[in-house]
Amino acid sequence: MKYTFSFLAVIALVLIAWLGSQIPGMQYLFGVAIPYLAIMIFLGGFVYRVVQWAKSPVPFSIPTTCGQGASLDFIKQDKLDCPTKTSEVVARMFLEIVTFRSLFRNTKSELHEGPKITYESSKWLWLFALIFHYSFLVVVIRHMRLFLNPVPAWLEFLDFLDAGAALQVGAPLLYATDLALVLGVVLLFGRRLVNRQVRYISLANDYFPLFLIFGIATTGILMRYFLRTNIDIISIKELLVGLVTFSPVFAAKIGSIFYIHLFLVSTLLIYFPFSKLMHLGGVFMSPTRNMANNSRAKRHINPWNDPTIKPHSYAGYEDEFREFMVDAGIPVEKELPPQKDE
Amino acid sequence: MYNKGTIIPGLALFVLFVTFPIWFNGLTTAGDLPKPELPPGGEKQCVMPADYMRANHMQLLNEWRDNVLRDGNREILEIDGKKYRKGLQMACMACHTKKEKFCDSCHTYAAVTPYCWDCHLTPNEAASKEAIH
Repeated sequence: MKYTFSFLAVIALVLIAWLGSQIPGMQYLFGVAIPYLAIMIFLGGFVYRVVQWAKSPVPFSIPTTCGQGASLDFIKQDKLDCPTKTSEVVARMFLEIVTFRSLFRNTKSELHEGPKITYESSKWLWLFALIFHYSFLVVVIRHMRLFLNPVPAWLEFLDFLDAGAALQVGAPLLYATDLALVLGVVLLFGRRLVNRQVRYISLANDYFPLFLIFGIATTGILMRYFLRTNIDIISIKELLVGLVTFSPVFAAKIGSIFYIHLFLVSTLLIYFPFSKLMHLGGVFMSPTRNMANNSRAKRHINPWNDPTIKPHSYAGYEDEFREFMVDAGIPVEKELPPQKDE
Repeated sequence: MYNKGTIIPGLALFVLFVTFPIWFNGLTTAGDLPKPELPPGGEKQCVMPADYMRANHMQLLNEWRDNVLRDGNREILEIDGKKYRKGLQMACMACHTKKEKFCDSCHTYAAVTPYCWDCHLTPNEAASKEAIH
């Protein structure tokens, strides 16, 4: 099954990191070498993918129009959904990236007795995606406290808000985004299972990132709240600050759960540029969103046009083939010149 | 490559974001490590081994808080012949008398702001309050 394979792959990764980090001397591999490799592959791969996309020509003007286009003065243009100016495109892109407007338009179709097909609004994907992406963003930003020394005040404030949103439960304090991230992943996964159409088109590479991120979130939560043996945050931070200042040190023995968490994150970074997760970069590069719908005002020239092929107007076409057209009885706009009688 | 004017600055911005911790820390300066001051009285023994305390002290304190304040269990712990009353000020700060030099050193480094001190007083603060009254 598609999800079993992805699930087993994540289990295998956990086992590799768990068993591997037990071997003396392998801490360096899992704690330093693989994370460095991962971040380099992530950055290099990301830039490579974006450059590859940037090299692909866009032959046609293909913005998706979702509202009234610019027309006569008394017809109100939908500036966000059918932008004609760069500023409107920027506004559209911004809202797409920040609020996922295109997911808000998601519909579901159902076949009823009759047969009769119905379409209705379905906002679940939009809601789950918002929960997931925003909590993931906050989790990533929060982790910066382990990489920055000294920690800036705004980061401490974010931490305070996050723990405060979960009502300061337990010690260490429970974070609201920890719960929201797991909830988001579970909801997105559940959607793939419950919705038959989505389940049918879901592939192993759709399930794998979900399991992987679920694994990252659960190992993080286990490390913070439950499996605290040898999880001394000071020696962990010393290692991580060491990583970003190119002088990593192992001050003390660190529990296996840390290496599992780090290995899964490294896997995510390595996997990222070669997967559907590249929608992070792709959302900026998608011509259906980042082009203005102004093809009537401004001619879109296909970059791969052969410059030796000149435009061929109808008048020119008729000039070229008039004789044959008249012969075949096809009406022409300009008749043949009268023949001289002999 | 098309649209170089927007894509190259965009990519540069992305790389800057991802490498934020590197240049924020000033490339190679790891900053100061915390140096918690050991008990001025010279005590060597704690309620639990140092390794355990480093990783789990917050959970132990939370448990004590629940025992004392929620369950009314003020049982006195006896560990290796020494008696401890459950409490931050009564047990921990009897030896680790300086919050500023002990607790704060690591908490600042790891950007942790425990809310212990919303209610508790450090020995210094307690002394100054007694002096006022």
